[in-house]
Formats: sequence, structure tokens, C-alpha cells
Amino acid sequence: MNIPLADIVTILPELIVIGMACLLLVLDPITPKSKKDLLAWASLGALAVCVIMILGSFGGRVMAFSDLVVVDGYASFWKLLLCLVSGMTILLSMTYLKEEHIDLAEFYGFILLALVGMMVMVSGADLLVIYLGIELMSITLYIMVGFKRFEARSIESSAKYFVLGAFSSGILLYGISLLFGVAGSTRLSEIASTMNDQSLSDPLVLISLMLIIVGFGFKVAAVPFHMWTPDVYQGAPTSVTAFMAVASKAASFAAFLRVLLEAFGGLKPNWTGMILVLCLLTVALGNLVAIVQTNVKRMLAYSSIAHAGYALIGLVVAGWIGTEAGVSARGVSSLMLYLAIYSFMTLGAFSMVAILRNGGLEGEELNDFTGLAKRHKGGAFLMMVFMVSLAGIPPTAGFIGKFYLFMAAVNAGLAWLAVIGLVFAAISAFYYLRVVMVMYMREPSSEQELTTRLALSPSVSVVLACAIAGVVLLGIFPGPLVSVADLSTLPVK
Amino acid sequence: MGSEAVPLNYIPVVIFMVIGALFGVGSLVVGLVLRPSRPYRAKLLPYESGSPLFMDARVQFPMRYYIIAMLFVIFDIEVVFLFPWAVVFKKLGLLGLIEMGLFLAILIVGFWYAWKKGALDWD
Repeated sequence: MNIPLADIVTILPELIVIGMACLLLVLDPITPKSKKDLLAWASLGALAVCVIMILGSFGGRVMAFSDLVVVDGYASFWKLLLCLVSGMTILLSMTYLKEEHIDLAEFYGFILLALVGMMVMVSGADLLVIYLGIELMSITLYIMVGFKRFEARSIESSAKYFVLGAFSSGILLYGISLLFGVAGSTRLSEIASTMNDQSLSDPLVLISLMLIIVGFGFKVAAVPFHMWTPDVYQGAPTSVTAFMAVASKAASFAAFLRVLLEAFGGLKPNWTGMILVLCLLTVALGNLVAIVQTNVKRMLAYSSIAHAGYALIGLVVAGWIGTEAGVSARGVSSLMLYLAIYSFMTLGAFSMVAILRNGGLEGEELNDFTGLAKRHKGGAFLMMVFMVSLAGIPPTAGFIGKFYLFMAAVNAGLAWLAVIGLVFAAISAFYYLRVVMVMYMREPSSEQELTTRLALSPSVSVVLACAIAGVVLLGIFPGPLVSVADLSTLPVK
Repeated sequence: MGSEAVPLNYIPVVIFMVIGALFGVGSLVVGLVLRPSRPYRAKLLPYESGSPLFMDARVQFPMRYYIIAMLFVIFDIEVVFLFPWAVVFKKLGLLGLIEMGLFLAILIVGFWYAWKKGALDWD
């Protein structure tokens, strides 16, 4: 047996991140309290190295470890996005954790470990490898959600997330095991080759497909598997909420698409209908329930559900029967584009919630935003841009994302789906613009003038600058990102 | 895979499940009918090795027990991995040595962390 050096080189970015996470655990106990920031900078350095390596190997398609792992343009696209989001989360946390008095260096280690899980998910070519990635990500997130360990709400949401997450992982694993019984393999390519016309009506295949969709539906928070989202997002520390809403959702979508298109590419008639129902329910419920929320964090949780619904439109297009291969591939690439844009605006919005302080607490209620424009013109303006972008109003990136998704749907002959999406996007403008209205048109009470403030710091400014640059630049010059997404889309059979 | 053959193959399993359920319920019912029922206080108390009950079982006890138990499990599993590895050590060669070295290195990181954070101090 010899050492598969070429295989190890393929997963070097993952290894670097794991190595850094271990190094953090070694260094944390021997670093003096005043120098803990160095550990965060070190993890950012590891991420930067990781990004350079992924960029260096962009394009091409390499299989490693006897086809368990695949590194293609699709995986690289998601990995770059995940590294970027993790870096922004670390920068945000450096300030946020201090405000909340939970600044422990382990936090950065957890982010890196969750990132490894996500990277394994997006480049897994085997159901069990993908499952392993999901578990590494989820277990780390369970801990991170309960990171405000002296606050009952945080611990409660951690426990809730753990129970439901473990349950959904079990459902996913059950689906995988049934599928193994039918196909005799867990490799995506081998499953695809054992699927034939008879599999379309094989009850065992259908059940395993359903269980896998339920498992992933939970991870991407699609209705009716979204129940955990508002509670967990509200209870978790805000930087963790941002990380979950963006990174874990993107990674889950990436793995979801790969499984459905690569393993179940021949069973499109079976799953497209299910995804369509999930998509309609998610867009409708996410947007309608967000209207009645008065807590901004909870509203953004429902908004993230709604955005998962929009993204599912791309998956429906990719699986719709009778569309040309080019149009289907466009469905995948518009989903990738949408989630990349969604990452910038959602991270920006959550960052604003995280740094708005009301006394010693987080300013997460809608009331805390009252009259923000009077005191912090810049902060209120940034929040307005994020809200406008989330609502999908030009010239922001949110509009471009929705435009490409709805265009893909129209090209696939699903104009009615695009119309439904548009209607709900219009409804969503109500609750997004309400935040803007509260910030600009309401007078703050004199008490609020004294207690609320923005916890600004250089690191937070970098995060906000990245987010606003993403939202504005991608809104005006979407071309480069669109062509990158088109280049790295999954081949749809 | 013949979808007609599958249910037939599983009929013994179904029969076994039914017999199992009937046996469980049946013996409880028969016991309920046949045995004399004369409860009194001492009989209804939870049985604890013949010694009388002195407090509620639901009490707080230190988290330390959990930490020690968790550390024990981790190092126990380490040994469980080491035994089969040692048996086929020569066949695995250099790769086996490196793999086990990595495995132990990761565990040692955790051990170092737990040690430095004071998980091994009793007070």
C-alpha cells in the first residue's frame, strides 16, 4: 500500500483548515487573554491561503480517494464562497463576541471546523462523504448556537437544534441506507448508472429519494421542514446566526443539487414535483410569516426561509422535464449566483443587527432601529441598502439574483412560477421597507438616544464594506460573477 | 430486483415480530391475571439493593463526572483502535504508521486542550 500523495494534494485546502483549527486549540491555553485576537488573525491567514490554493486549482475536474471526493469548478465556486463568508464571520465575531462577553478563541476553531464540514459536503462524490461533512458541520453548529452559555434562550435553541438536527440526519441516513440496498453503492456516479426506467416506479427508490429530500430540506430550511429556523436563529449569537443563514445554507444547497442531479439525474420526473411543492410552500410561508415579526432577527430568519424558496426555483428549472440542457444548466448557475448574492446581503443585514447595541443587549427588536438615521446616518444607510437588496429592488444585487432566477424559469416554460416568485417578492418589500421606514421616518425616544449605539470597530467596518461592495458592485456589474457561475455549473444530463 | 419477491422474503420477519409482540403482551397479561396483588408501602418503594430509600434520585451533581466520563470514552476508543492496528501493523507498512500517527496527534491536541483548560483537576 503506498501513500496517495496526489489525493492528499487534492484536499490540501481542507487539511490546512483542519490543521489551523487544531493549532488554535493548542495555542489557545497558552495565549495570554490580551492577545486572543492574534488567534482570529491566524485563522483568517489560514483562510487566505486556502482561498489562494482553491483559486490556483480552479477549473478542471479531479477525482480523489477512489472517487470519494471530487474537486471541480462547482465545488471550487462554493468553497470560495464559504471561505469568504467564514472570513467575514470571524471578523464580525471579533467585535461581537467582546460585546457579548463570550470572546473565547474556541469560537474561531469551531468556525474553521464547520467550514471543513461544508467543504467536504460540496466536494463529496459519495453519499457517505457528504453525510460526514453534514455531521461535522451540524455538530459544530449545535455547540456554536449555545455559545452564549449563560443565557437560557441560547441554550434552549441549541438543544432544540440538536434534537431536530440529529433527527433529520437520521432520516437522511435512512434514505442513504435504503438507496444502498437498491444500488449497491453510495457513489453518486454508480447510483446514477444503476438507475433505469424501472427505478422510476420502484417503491424503494422512491422512499429513499423522499427521505433524502426531507433530510436536505431540513438543512436548507425549506417549508415544511423549517420549524427549527426562527427559534434557533433568534436564540443563537447573531454572528452564528449569520454564519448559519449563509454558509450552512449554501453548503447544504450545493450538496443537495449535486445529489439530485448526479445521482438522481435519471429520476427527474420523480423529484421535480416534490421540489416544486417545497419551493411554492417555502416562498409563500416564509414571506407571509415574516410580515408579522417585530423582532428583526426573527424576521430575517423567515426572510432566509423565503430566499431558500426562491433558490429552489433554480432547482425546479434544472429538473424540469423537456427543457434543453443549456436551460437546465442555467437553472443551476442562477441558483449559485443567487446564493452568492444572498450571502452578501444577509451577512450585511445580520452584521447590522449584531453591532446595534441597546445598553448591554443586542438591538434586535424593530423598535431599536427607530430613528437610527438621526444618530448614525452611515449605519442606517447601509441597513437600507441591505433591505432594498433583500427585497430585490434595482440597482442592487438582490435584483440581479432574482432576475436571473426568474429568467431561467421563463426560459424553461415556467413563466407562472416566475410570476408567483415576483408576487411574493413584492409582498416581501413590505417587511423589508418597514425597517427602512422605522429608521428614517420615526423619531427616537429620548431614552433611546442615550442607550442605543453602534459597536463599530475596524474589523466590523471591513465586514460591512465587503458586504456593501458585494451588494452594490454585483448589482451594477453582475457580468463577471454570472460568467463564473455559468462556467462552474454542474453538467445536467 | 423483482418487486413481487421482496414482500414474500420478509414474511418470516413479520411473523417473528407478531410472535414477539404477542409474547411480551401475553406474559404481562397472564402475570396480571394469575398473581396475587397485595401492595403496601415498603413494597412500592424503588428497590435499591435492600437498603432503605434516603433521598430523591434527582439531585444535582458536579459536571466534572461528565467530563471525566467523556475523556475516558475518548481514550478508551483510542485503545480500541490501537489493538486491531497493532495486529496488522506489518501489512499496513509506512502508510499505517503515518495514519495512526495522525490519529494520535489529533487526540493529543484534544488531550492537551483538556489538560490546559483544567478538565483533569478535581477541584
